[in-house]
Amino acid sequence: MPIEIPKDKWPGAVRTVTLGATAADGGTRSHTVTVGGETALPFLHFEAEMPHRPVVAIEIVDRRPDDWSPLLLEAWDDVADDPAAWAQAAEEAGADLLQLTLSLTKNDGEPNTPDAAVAAVKSVLEASGLPLLVFGPGQAEVDNELLVAVANATRGERLVLGLCEDKNYRTIVAGAMANGHLVTARSPMDVNLAKQLNILINDMNMPLDRILMDPTTGALGYGIEYGYSAMERLRLAALQGDAMTQLPMVVTPGYEAWKTKEAKVDDDVPAEWGPWRERAINWETLTAMTLLESGADILILRHPESVRRIQAAIAELTAVPVAA
Amino acid sequence: MALSGIQIYKLLPQTNCKECGFPTCLAFAMKLAAKQVELTDCPHVSQESKNKLAESAAPPIRLVTLSANGRKVEAGNEVVLFRHEKTFYHKPGFFIRVRDDESAEAIREQVAPAAAYSVTYVGRELAPDGFAVHAVTGDPDAFAAAVQTVHDAADMPLILIAEDPQVMAAGLEAAPGERPLIYAAGAENWEAMANLANEHDAALAVRAPSLEELADLSQKLKEKGVENLVLDPGPRDFGDWLARSTQIRRLALKNFRPLGYPLIAFAGEGESWDGREPMMAAQAIAKYAGFIVFDHFAPEVMYPLLVLRENVYTDPQKPIQVQPGLYELNDPGPDDPLLVTTNFSITYFSVANEVEGAGLPAWLLVTDAEGMSVLTAWAAGNFDAERIAKDVKAFDVAGKVNHRRIVIPGHVAVISGELEEELPGWDVRVGPRESVDLPSFLKQALAQ
Ligand code: B12
Ligand code: SF4
Repeated sequence: MPIEIPKDKWPGAVRTVTLGATAADGGTRSHTVTVGGETALPFLHFEAEMPHRPVVAIEIVDRRPDDWSPLLLEAWDDVADDPAAWAQAAEEAGADLLQLTLSLTKNDGEPNTPDAAVAAVKSVLEASGLPLLVFGPGQAEVDNELLVAVANATRGERLVLGLCEDKNYRTIVAGAMANGHLVTARSPMDVNLAKQLNILINDMNMPLDRILMDPTTGALGYGIEYGYSAMERLRLAALQGDAMTQLPMVVTPGYEAWKTKEAKVDDDVPAEWGPWRERAINWETLTAMTLLESGADILILRHPESVRRIQAAIAELTAVPVAA
Repeated sequence: MALSGIQIYKLLPQTNCKECGFPTCLAFAMKLAAKQVELTDCPHVSQESKNKLAESAAPPIRLVTLSANGRKVEAGNEVVLFRHEKTFYHKPGFFIRVRDDESAEAIREQVAPAAAYSVTYVGRELAPDGFAVHAVTGDPDAFAAAVQTVHDAADMPLILIAEDPQVMAAGLEAAPGERPLIYAAGAENWEAMANLANEHDAALAVRAPSLEELADLSQKLKEKGVENLVLDPGPRDFGDWLARSTQIRRLALKNFRPLGYPLIAFAGEGESWDGREPMMAAQAIAKYAGFIVFDHFAPEVMYPLLVLRENVYTDPQKPIQVQPGLYELNDPGPDDPLLVTTNFSITYFSVANEVEGAGLPAWLLVTDAEGMSVLTAWAAGNFDAERIAKDVKAFDVAGKVNHRRIVIPGHVAVISGELEEELPGWDVRVGPRESVDLPSFLKQALAQ
């Protein structure tokens, strides 16, 4: 019997956002990365081609992150001591983007400084041509101080600066605007809160094609279902034409998954959890995979093996379809 | 899809005889549409109309149950495309595949650990659901022997995989008294497979190269009397599988009956690269599978996937909560430490498991935070100093512990001052942020 396949025709589309700038556009990146542009739900090729595939960023840190899981420190080994070397290793591991996290304190335990942050960012920019996201340590005052210095020192690179949250976004947005950078807007898993923050940032005259949104996610087993549904709802709203939700989504499955006991440690865990390394990598990849299905445009990961697997899945999901 | 009052009216005798207790057939039809009366209240409705009404009342995706000795797996009865629209109801069954070219010994070795496997997550026991026995030899005796071996080793529902109806028949004979799933009826063998399904009261999977052929075949099988059908969407690669399963779900929810059945996914088939199978299964969990067949069993894969299945199928309207109260971890005495947390299940179990796992005795005050995590509850005003102090009194904490020292989660360090004001005479200690660090905190910081 003939079947008419139900196809959604959406009035709206996700905006495209380009990260990084090459020399031609006033930056130093070897190439740029464009995300967004979807006119259908993820990977539904029978409705619309996905103009830009989802991409993977690898998180690196400006100093050896001693609180990270030993598995991660073992995987990255010596390069974790040097952000430039780490950036190169991440590029070799298959990253499309780099995400540099600035720490609260330096190696010597002293508070991080704008000069040190700028030096770290510059060394990463020299070591790798990939577009870069730079996140502060997550304390408003320190974030502002470090990120503004970084913004000023890297004018024209089209970095993504974050995280902008409702309680603290003005300074970061102003720094990014003045220097041709982008920002990422993080809100706690709620469509209206995400919209509200996007509006506030846009009201400062930051153009919408320079904002990414991070609807926040929980790890597998620790609230992923909330993030998953918030993302589905945001993407549906975007396709329905709600302008303030039409931003590409960036999520942090690496950070969330590696916080969990299942990934982080191997002491006193039940035998039913299975061998540590593979379990941890599954925790990160399955968290990421699920978010990919709900509309993530940028996934920030930590373990190189997870990156390999997620890239392979993205390749299959975005391949030209066999069946119509 | 439910019919409207007008649509129902057209199926009624339209004589307005009033025997149903309503003045007109239309009035009765309206009540019926609102589910306030039963169709049986009208004595004159025709059999044909009864059938039509029953058909329209059936769920858009049929509930299919596989069973074995009291254990069962149900799939279907789903009503939405996105979990936030309502919820997903029937978690996909997990089945582990074994092959009939292996020795009985080898099959037992594969079955035993999977059959015995069970893992605790937020106080629930999670486990895989059954086995898929695959006839790769083409020999009916070998298949029967393999089914028998699995059946004896594990009392769990089965999927039987064979092309040849004769081989399938041998397998079905070897697993009496169960409702297995036959995989699969295709263009060539469908009649014979339908007969087997009817004879053994088995469910039957359907496979076809295109959606059209799949629908045609499922209809033919239904006409042959097989009600419990399961559809194989066909593709084995990520993108096409997703497209197909989405198309089938959409059509089913639009009440296209020939595709209104649960789906089966084979996570281990398709292009092969390291780590692919769990990811394919993750996609199948989120995107509409009713049964998932695995080619490998490993705890480090099973555990995260069982958790993912739990998460995706949690009712978005009801966060899983525990009862507020004062909990005893490892039989604490009046001098043992007192911790406070919220009544969100994931939060409670992260803390309780950690402390219990380390064998440390402690009191855990679980406050009524409306089922929210520590920070969510704090941000929503459900886990502040006032609330904690109230529950300290409500659950008579002072009557159970001798000391006056309470440990709060590191994430809400900011409330320690206010809590000291709310609880005069108490010493408020800020614990670590993550529960993983609780045992060492309890051993060191509190010992001093
Ligand atoms: C899932 C989630 C939600 C879900 C709720 C889930 C639930 N039932 O609680 C939803 C989507 C509903 C939600 C809503 C909101 N959320 Co919310 N949410 C999250 C999220 C993503 C995960 C929370 C979670 O489940 N964590 C897992 C549990 C296990 O963690 P936990 O309870 O903290 O427990 C750990 C530790 O605290 C420790 N621990 C627990 N107890 C104890 C006890 C002791 C003694 C010790 C030592 C340790 C300890 O052990 C656990 C494991 O380590 C977080 C961000 C994130 N990724 O963490 C934001 C987050 C908590 N939410 C946040 C906010 C602001 C909100 C809202 C207020 C937003 C709004 N205005 O609507 C609402 C509030 C709810 C409302 N008004 O209805 C903020 C809080 C920010 C802040 N610091 O104030 C967060 C941090 C996101 C962010 N970065 O902005 N949220
Ligand atoms: S009993 Fe049946 S036929 Fe008579 S009025 Fe009611 S609905 Fe109409």
